[in-house]
Amino acid sequence: MLTRKIELLVGVFLLTGLAAFLVLVFKVANIEVKTSDSSYTLTANFTNIGGLKVRSPVKVGGVVVGRVSNIDLDPVKLVAVVTVVMDKRYDKFPETSSLAILTSGLLGEQFLGLTPGFMDDDVSMLKDGDKIDDTRSALVLEDLIGQFLYSMGSKDK
Amino acid sequence: MKLLDRIADLGRSAIELVLGFGRAGLMLWGAIFRWPRVRKGFPLLVRQIYVVGVQSMVIILVSGLFIGMVLALQGYNILVGFGTEESLGPMVALSLLRELGPVVTALLFAGRAGSALTAEIGLMKSTEQLSSLEMMAIDPLRQIIAPRFWAGVISMPLLALMFTAVGIYGGHLVGVEWKGIDNGAFWSILQASVEWRKDIVNCLIKSGVFAVVVTWIALYRGYQVIPNPEGISRATTSTVVQSSLAVLALDFLLTALMFGR
Repeated sequence: MLTRKIELLVGVFLLTGLAAFLVLVFKVANIEVKTSDSSYTLTANFTNIGGLKVRSPVKVGGVVVGRVSNIDLDPVKLVAVVTVVMDKRYDKFPETSSLAILTSGLLGEQFLGLTPGFMDDDVSMLKDGDKIDDTRSALVLEDLIGQFLYSMGSKDK
Repeated sequence: MKLLDRIADLGRSAIELVLGFGRAGLMLWGAIFRWPRVRKGFPLLVRQIYVVGVQSMVIILVSGLFIGMVLALQGYNILVGFGTEESLGPMVALSLLRELGPVVTALLFAGRAGSALTAEIGLMKSTEQLSSLEMMAIDPLRQIIAPRFWAGVISMPLLALMFTAVGIYGGHLVGVEWKGIDNGAFWSILQASVEWRKDIVNCLIKSGVFAVVVTWIALYRGYQVIPNPEGISRATTSTVVQSSLAVLALDFLLTALMFGR
């Protein structure tokens, strides 16, 4: 009978370990299964991506609609090419939409803000593989300070 | 002449060190690569998981809860100064997953289970039980060492996962229930910053490595005990000291490999 009790307790131990693993996987980590039929990809060029990273979110009005899947450099034009995987549920964005690199809070992470553009009869919707032309690069604090100092200096003369 | 003796001592201790590593390696080789026959070995393994894992569960769960709570309280006091107390979730979860979970579990495991393993095997050795097994044509490495080794290697990652999960709920208890952080913000920011591959898999790799090292040291110290009461007490002490040092040093190496870049 003693061995039976031990076997029972070892079983409880292993199951508790498994439960802890499942808690960590599903409650703590964010596992997103990316399948090709539930998403579509867009690309956009930026002159400066600042601190944008792969997996950074794409938000419309604060709602996450996609994630950055790849960041590359165009070898000819020498601009950053950002590939974005969008959720298929949100596929009604007109071609005239614009992408901007924004910062959450004062010191937070950078993310892509998608602003829907105007709709018209001759404006079609964004589809898989499309490129967004209207983009705004990240604000770089050093550039801003440089511009500010420059404009201050020219005003004095 | 005196100087020459000193140099000879130095050389002797170096040779002893290499010899020790060699013996420990051979012991591990003998234990691992002769997997006990499934029908006879499995009950031994279950019995050892009970001794090594189940009996360490209480100390691991309680210390996990308290360490999570303390982390959350200290983190809250600092983060509230920046108005970013919502970031408490990732702070608690990442420090538990990346460092404290595997490391503190390994240290507690060395103290709770490692020392017991050394004392048990040391006593077996000094009362000639291991030699008697050999007389009966039973390989003590297979019968005694291997089940204990595998029990340690199986138990410790599970214990580290439990420690981390309980610690995160401890942090939740302090942050959300006591200090009044928004529950939704706590979990969502936590989920946004914990990655499966980078954090959880690395947590498992770390505690797997620590499990091998701690159990190995504990078994070797017991196996090579000087067969008298003082020898056993020394072996137990050196198990705890050496495995703690090994865990902390290895933790730095693994962290540098995983997160250094």
